[in-house]
Amino acid sequence: MRRVNRDERARIALTLNGRKLAAEAEPRMLLSDFVRHVLGATGTHVGCEHGVCGACTVLIDGVATRSCLMLAVQAEGREVRTVESLAASDGKLNPLQQAFRNNHALQCGFCTPGILMSFTDYLARNPHASRDEICDVLSGHLCRCTGYAGIVAAVEEAAGKVK
Amino acid sequence: MSGPLGKTILRKEDPALLSGRGRYADDLPVPVGTLHAHVVRSPHAHAEIVSIDVNAALKHEGVWAVITGEDVRKLSDPFMGAVKSPIQLWSLAVGRVRYVGEPVALVVAESRYLAEDAGELVEVEYAPLEAVIDPVAACESGTPLLHPAAKTNEVSVRDFRYGDPESAFARADHRIGLTVTFPRQSFTPIECFVVVVQHNPAKGSYDVLANFQGPFSMHPVMARALRVSGPKLRLRIPPDSGGSFGIKLSVFPYVVLIGLAAKITGRPVKWTEDRIEHLVAANSGPNRVTAIEAAVNNDGRVIALTLDQLEDYGAFLRAPMPGPLYRMHGSVTGAYDIEHVAVKNRCVLTNKMPAGLIRGFGGPQLYLAIERLMQRIAIELKLDPLDVIKRNLIPARKFPYRTAAGALYDSGDYSRAVDIAVGDGRLDELKRRRDFARAAGRKYGIGFAVVIEPAMSNMGYLSTLLTSEAREKSGPKNGAVSLATVNVDPMGAVTVTADVTVQGQSHETVLSQIVAEELGLTPDDVEVVLELDTAKDQWSIAAGSYSSRFAGGTAVAAHMAAVQMRDKIKAIAAKQLNVLPDDVELSAGKVRSRSNPDNALPFGRVAGTSNWAPTLLPEGMAPALSETGVWTPPELEPPTHDDRINTSLTYGFIFDFCGIEIDPVNYHVRVDRYVSMHDAGRIMNPMIAVGQIRGAFAQGIAAALYEEFVYNEEGAFLTGTFADYLVPTVTEIPEVEILHYESPSPLTPLGAKGLAEGNCMSTPVCIANAIADALGVSDVELPATPRRIHAMMTDGR
Repeated sequence: MRRVNRDERARIALTLNGRKLAAEAEPRMLLSDFVRHVLGATGTHVGCEHGVCGACTVLIDGVATRSCLMLAVQAEGREVRTVESLAASDGKLNPLQQAFRNNHALQCGFCTPGILMSFTDYLARNPHASRDEICDVLSGHLCRCTGYAGIVAAVEEAAGKVK
Repeated sequence: MSGPLGKTILRKEDPALLSGRGRYADDLPVPVGTLHAHVVRSPHAHAEIVSIDVNAALKHEGVWAVITGEDVRKLSDPFMGAVKSPIQLWSLAVGRVRYVGEPVALVVAESRYLAEDAGELVEVEYAPLEAVIDPVAACESGTPLLHPAAKTNEVSVRDFRYGDPESAFARADHRIGLTVTFPRQSFTPIECFVVVVQHNPAKGSYDVLANFQGPFSMHPVMARALRVSGPKLRLRIPPDSGGSFGIKLSVFPYVVLIGLAAKITGRPVKWTEDRIEHLVAANSGPNRVTAIEAAVNNDGRVIALTLDQLEDYGAFLRAPMPGPLYRMHGSVTGAYDIEHVAVKNRCVLTNKMPAGLIRGFGGPQLYLAIERLMQRIAIELKLDPLDVIKRNLIPARKFPYRTAAGALYDSGDYSRAVDIAVGDGRLDELKRRRDFARAAGRKYGIGFAVVIEPAMSNMGYLSTLLTSEAREKSGPKNGAVSLATVNVDPMGAVTVTADVTVQGQSHETVLSQIVAEELGLTPDDVEVVLELDTAKDQWSIAAGSYSSRFAGGTAVAAHMAAVQMRDKIKAIAAKQLNVLPDDVELSAGKVRSRSNPDNALPFGRVAGTSNWAPTLLPEGMAPALSETGVWTPPELEPPTHDDRINTSLTYGFIFDFCGIEIDPVNYHVRVDRYVSMHDAGRIMNPMIAVGQIRGAFAQGIAAALYEEFVYNEEGAFLTGTFADYLVPTVTEIPEVEILHYESPSPLTPLGAKGLAEGNCMSTPVCIANAIADALGVSDVELPATPRRIHAMMTDGR
């Protein structure tokens, strides 16, 4: 296992959205801060820094993870995916993103990246998720604008439940 | 309307926000060398600051400065307030702390992590004082004073009297009343506060980026505190903010504090609030105790009303408080035709975080009293609660209707809206569900609420808290100015700017619809740039996003700007098409002759004339490059000598009813069905309207059942994390059936009214009424948590 010295900046190498990157950070730096302020991927948002709101959710090796509850050094050598990876390079939204737009599933958009990443993971494992399953996953996220109805409808659409 | 306005158009905002390309305050780059601030906060609810030792913190690695109340006192002035008093409010505590979480010192260091480390080393010695938490006790003599210089905790008291309430009470068949309390809560936007300030000593100016939401009446307050003129405080709002709901008004003290830090260190300084700070100290809605009483005749007709409203603003009456008491003042009789009213408004200070803006702003507190009272009247007189409501509604023939306290209700047919909702919302079926549930021994109740939703505030309403003589002395305050600008570029591309701040309201989409409608374009043809900059944009003190001012304010200004631009383009085209301006129409991207549509030019060609060939313009015309709509509705008059005030421009109507059932095992309130009828005038984008209503409904449910800032008797704050302060998740929010009835406002050219706050006002009391109906109780304390429900069900047994 890699050892890091508390007082020395550590070099952290990881894959972010398919690109290999390396940068230095204090060993205590949160992954959320590292991704945003060191790597410059500001699409991942920080809402509570205590693991409740879900806004900072990213995929680590394909698994939805709260990036505010993880240190950057723990992501060494791993594959991190953020919301910036979802749309095509020409900006075209993927089906989940488009479903969010179709169903007015966002207003301020601050919690949205975390929700998209949770369902990117979940729908990959359970492409035809039921409404109850969708709500179960969504209950790991706080949204203050929408009242959630649009989000549930969007994920249902993406899960092929709604024509 | 044949164009895009009034139709569901998918949001222009979404592609960027869904792709991680939003630009929120914390995303934007800061200058190299920017320092980071951390706020050291009071652990005491009430204490004298004996000493602050910053030496250890200053010696810590990377620390540039530790700022205390003494520095703030030397370098700035106290914030101006709405109520004249000897109370001074600074951006850091000076001499005394008055709530848990109050900023006491600011550490400025090379990173946020280092600043937090050093914050641990700031040694503050406190001499604790007795905390004052209960607002009623706070008013009693002998209670400790938060601000001894004020000589009282009850810092503003005003009596209002309209008509002849005493005689009405004397002749009424019954007097029916109750006392209700509304709790403290917030709507905690998921993005916290962010402030970045650069100070330029050569110019004596501050350049601020902050996710402040307005109103920009706070700009002079901030500039005055920083001891600079307005232009020396450049305030820039980021293009995106992660929700606000009123809360981000309260960024303003930190703008001043971080400004001082930038001045002291000579470096740009950034502060990003964390969630723990946000919950303990950012902002709260005020809690209120209302004693309300009605003079009622046997048929349930209310002929007079008295209210004693005691509002707890926390440790300071921070501008623009006491807004919640006065924003609703004209609507103090709600949706009812009541001529005689007496109102006592009292503001009290206690050892809690200062109250500020919150969606609904005074409405939830007021309607909890009125609508609980209407139910009590029905029960005490053995009448049907909906019949009592209907008997008292303002009849359609009386519109426009001037309320006792001076509001001018612009339009509506309340009885008709109620009847439609009862039918389409299937009240009969709900009653059958109740009967069925009760027959099976279950606790099931039905609640009703009617609400008037004011929008587009009269900036003069707050001056109602002054006496007529004091108003005379301080000069008239009234009106509300809205501004929007339509620009056309050399190729005829259209951009719009406006005086709103963006926190998810879909302004970009709706403004593009409004402007496209007039210019014969599509919303995709119209770029909307909303990142308000006080140095370069046109703004007034009314600017910002609050009190539902968009539909009745900025939207109108944008419409006006678009009409002005359209008329200029018609005149330009008339010359080029050789027709009269009246024969010109803008449609499908073309400017063409109405009588001979083949005689047409592309919009861009005509609009571009102002850039490429301005001498071809009709004689005397200024080039059509930029048109600003300035909207200031004449109905927003100052308070009259007898204290009548038209508090807002438009007044929407809401009628809600719901069925709830109480779980016999865990005492949870389950919403079985909820119906919400809205009359918000003309709807500009149905999808967005529904989204706003659903969002407000979720917050109304939160206030009714879950969220509360809790202080114990010593003033300790008990809800400091999202594990303690219960923001509902998807599983806690029931479905809402939304119905519309449209009574266009005659006072705005678009006919639209506000609609984004209504359910924050109606839902808490609708649920409370249903709980009262289910349990047969007269007092329902909100939020109706399982603990409280259990207490209600077991009291007296």
